[in-house]
Amino acid sequence: MLKILKYSFFDLMRSSWSYVYFAFYLLLGIVLLFLNNDLSKAVITLMNVIIVLVPLIGTIFGVMYYYNSKEFTELLLAQPLKRSSIFLGQYLGVAISLSMSLVLGLGLPFIAYGLFKSNAIWDFSLLLVVGVFLTFIFSALAFNIALSNENKIKGFGYSILMWLFLAIIYDGLFLMSLILFEDYPLDKVSLIGTMLNPIDLSRTLILLKLDISALLGYTGAVFKQFFGTSFGLIISFLALTIWVVLPILRIVFKSKKKDF
Amino acid sequence: MVEITNLYKKFGKNDVLNGIDLSIKEGGIFAVLGPNGSGKTTIIKTILGMVIPDRGSIKVFNTDVKNNSDYRHQIDYLPQIANFPSNLKVSELIKMIKDLRGKTDADQNLIEKFKLGPFLNKKLGTLSGGTKQKVNIVLTFMFNSPIIILDEPTTGLDPISLIRLKELIEVEKSKGKTILITSHIMSFVEEVADKIVFILEGKIYFKGSIAELKTKTKQQDFEHAIANILTENHA
Repeated sequence: MLKILKYSFFDLMRSSWSYVYFAFYLLLGIVLLFLNNDLSKAVITLMNVIIVLVPLIGTIFGVMYYYNSKEFTELLLAQPLKRSSIFLGQYLGVAISLSMSLVLGLGLPFIAYGLFKSNAIWDFSLLLVVGVFLTFIFSALAFNIALSNENKIKGFGYSILMWLFLAIIYDGLFLMSLILFEDYPLDKVSLIGTMLNPIDLSRTLILLKLDISALLGYTGAVFKQFFGTSFGLIISFLALTIWVVLPILRIVFKSKKKDF
Repeated sequence: MVEITNLYKKFGKNDVLNGIDLSIKEGGIFAVLGPNGSGKTTIIKTILGMVIPDRGSIKVFNTDVKNNSDYRHQIDYLPQIANFPSNLKVSELIKMIKDLRGKTDADQNLIEKFKLGPFLNKKLGTLSGGTKQKVNIVLTFMFNSPIIILDEPTTGLDPISLIRLKELIEVEKSKGKTILITSHIMSFVEEVADKIVFILEGKIYFKGSIAELKTKTKQQDFEHAIANILTENHA
């Protein structure tokens, strides 16, 4: 698996897209820090960007890489390699190279700004960790969709829909259901609802850490009340880990049964 | 060496393989023939584990191929359409496959034989179809495995390369290897093949030598013998 990972990783590192992605974060980091001059505000703005954009990029790159490397995959399938190592290697190649662009792109300007001397370092690290989690989750979901759809256009369509649903539509539905059923006790429902969407979960996680109650919203408040800050953090990290593990398991399972 | 029993495969509603039984115990060149869509490539891909059969079993050197990948060390495979990652250079691809499969020095010889030297530093996406096929041949023959599977090996080759390919196949045969070939070029098949396996509608219709096929169909030459099977079964 490591060999496949190595080849996928270097393949992506040579493509110009990784650099565009890296340059985008670099620019974003520089603009936010040096024009804003307020570190904690910069972290919140970054959170809003990361939470929407990282899933989108992970989804698109995941689907694109899967379909683009079809030839490579077919070549590998005839070699004495396990299917699971072929697909996991490719998946990890995508996820790791995207995570690297993110961490380096945002990390460099922050280090240049003097992050190590400020107390925002933990908030910022948490932001990066959540970004990495989201990259792993959404590229795994994208791989799942691509594995199940031979047709490229369909695969792309479904993955964009998935992103749209989780990033935007889900929140709307969630809010509407909370208003509709306001006569009932909704604490547990809203907790579960948050767990079921990795984007909501990440937002709650970061806001819990930043301790900005005004931005927490209803679910965040319930979360905090129910679990407390530190236990809430642990629970949401666990949920994020499950969100990574389940799609990966399906990649392994699905790839074993697929015809090429 | 290769033992296929009662193999079934469906793609959607399309029955591609309908109970294939095929046993290859000795070395030599076996040509898998049949009309378009008869399941030739599917059989090859099930042997390689790329297509997973609905029913039946395949054994290569007495190991079941199901959920196994190590047996593929025994097989060299030339795919039908040479699709390579287009942003890799030829030399990088050769190096990569060597890295994945093990060391070999036979590639130098083959590169020379097919005059691929000037292309080594070109990207695969820029190569012509015939040149890609030559790269494909180098990748296949550079490992010394006891089973060789060639899916339409002649596609896009110029006459000189075709002669070189035939020589190569003869050399490998003389080492006692089992070589499976599919092709639609009947003259090529007649020239190289020892045995014919004819597939029709997902079943093995005939297995034997070319002479046996001619007697069975009462035809003088090979091409007509094949055409005879097809017309009789589609009439």
